[in-house]
Amino acid sequence: MSKQTSSLKFRNSEHESGRELEAERKVSALHQSTSTDLRKLANRIRQHCVRMTGKANASHIGSALSSADIMAAVYGRALRYDPKRPDWPDRDRFIMSKGHACTALYATLAESGFFPIEALDTFYQNGSPLAGHVMHKNNPGVELSTGSLGHGLPVATGMALAAKRDGRPSRVFCLLSDGECDEGSVWESALFAPQHNLDNLIVIVDYNGIQSLGMVKDVIDLHPFAEKWRAFRWSVREVDGHDMPAVEQALTQVPYETGRPSCIIARTVKGKGVSFMENKLLWHYRAPLGEDLTKALAELEQNQ
Amino acid sequence: MRNSFLKELFELAKLDDRIVLVVGDLGFGVVTPFMEQLPRQFLNAGVAEQSMTGIAAGMALSGKIAFTYSIANFPTMRCLEHIRNDVCYHNANVKIVTVGGGFAYGAMGATHHAIEDLAVMRALPGMAVVAPGDPVESRAATRAITEYPGPCYLRLGKAGEPVVHQSEIHFEFGKALRMREGRDVTLISTGGILQTAVRTAERLAKEGSEARLLSMHTLKPLDTEAVLAAARETRAIFTLEEHSILGGLGSAVAEVLAEADIPKVPFKRIGVPPAFSPYIGSQEYMLERHGLTPEAIASFVVKTLQIVPSRSL
Repeated sequence: MSKQTSSLKFRNSEHESGRELEAERKVSALHQSTSTDLRKLANRIRQHCVRMTGKANASHIGSALSSADIMAAVYGRALRYDPKRPDWPDRDRFIMSKGHACTALYATLAESGFFPIEALDTFYQNGSPLAGHVMHKNNPGVELSTGSLGHGLPVATGMALAAKRDGRPSRVFCLLSDGECDEGSVWESALFAPQHNLDNLIVIVDYNGIQSLGMVKDVIDLHPFAEKWRAFRWSVREVDGHDMPAVEQALTQVPYETGRPSCIIARTVKGKGVSFMENKLLWHYRAPLGEDLTKALAELEQNQ
Repeated sequence: MRNSFLKELFELAKLDDRIVLVVGDLGFGVVTPFMEQLPRQFLNAGVAEQSMTGIAAGMALSGKIAFTYSIANFPTMRCLEHIRNDVCYHNANVKIVTVGGGFAYGAMGATHHAIEDLAVMRALPGMAVVAPGDPVESRAATRAITEYPGPCYLRLGKAGEPVVHQSEIHFEFGKALRMREGRDVTLISTGGILQTAVRTAERLAKEGSEARLLSMHTLKPLDTEAVLAAARETRAIFTLEEHSILGGLGSAVAEVLAEADIPKVPFKRIGVPPAFSPYIGSQEYMLERHGLTPEAIASFVVKTLQIVPSRSL
């Protein structure tokens, strides 16, 4: 906590002390949740994702489940926001660059008070604002529409730079998929951010090791991945993306080095939390229907 | 046009610290005032147009008025989806500025021929498109698009174009400038070919045809009233652009005329064929090879008027 707020200190104008107090108050409220609370939140997110994807007969449940623990830790622990004021200028921003895992974001936003839980039932339905990739229109709390990969980090970088230049305490968290790191635009911004000392920018990679047509190591191997980010002058931490205290720690200790952007490589399991979906490429596409849906929900409820 | 844009933007930026100039590692020598005097309002995103556009969108979504700046097709097509999704879909206040529209970089080869940019940018939802005709329009357009709250594409020529407007103009976003009056034919021009359009009209006058001349500096939203008035009040319409005849000014005007509830008016698009140019060379040379000189255009107009049935007005 003290490290986190100290990272927000800016020295160039007087009125910022008030802003910082307000920011600190919000962080304090969030910090009342324990790792157990966050695990429960992640479990609820997973249940929402499975229900939404099943009802919609949609794809990408595996991608949503791999990021659920990260999402719970981001919104339940790290991010400063006010669901009553989604446009609060000094808020932290969260950019879901892996837009296909939208159910995880929608479920997290609903659990965090941005819109009613019941709204999740409309996912993918005709006329609903909750589209099959992250959509900002009429969805309070969604900062950026995504769905084409490689867009989130450039925009997050621009937001982080604007905050720095304006002396605002905002930080920008951006969740990438591993397959997304095939996109050149990711590395364009990865080169840019350290040049401008954007230590208010945090990338989290949901490294579940499976992309659309196969294992990441067989399609375009990212290994050695941490070394790539380090070579681009980012401060890197590798964590087990399902070890809640480890994820919390990685998220709350940023920046790891003053003047450098942070990259958290979260080793995850695609489909995590539903045994028959884990590490299976099939569940990038298949929707949990009928007996699959019942079994998946039963497993998650059991582990609540 | 480039110089009048940068000079005007620099003056505006001194008064409004939301304005940020984001360049793609181009503008040697001409962006120095920004770099030195307004460093917090200047950014070199490097040779990385996708990132440049996303960064500009992120800054705009944080309250800035971000101008991306590069040459030829780099700030438009290289990063097209970033413009569509990040800028247009979020209605981010980003202005995309290119230098070298048309054949300004003719000798540099087909990679640098920007002759489909208007068509591509015009197709994007929420994107306004402005192509000033001379340095005077360029300066006025810079002010106008800064005030316009939303995505905009500004297509500039290069440096050192002739000043066509000899006096102050009343530049209105989305309204054509009527530069000459005549009832025989209307010439509608967009972008840096304006000087050629003026000379074409002068030539036509010598040959006994009086042309109305419209500078259509704003391609989108198009001044449909001016197009329809030309259809009602003159005998034929010709569009003139240093751009492919597919999708630019000619197409925009054709769309209006085809759907209008008015008698058919003779209409021709004058521009560049929708193909890679087999030539390279100076802008003057390229325009000549593509029949875009006052002599060639006037001759085409006269021949066309001889063929089309005369209309009573």
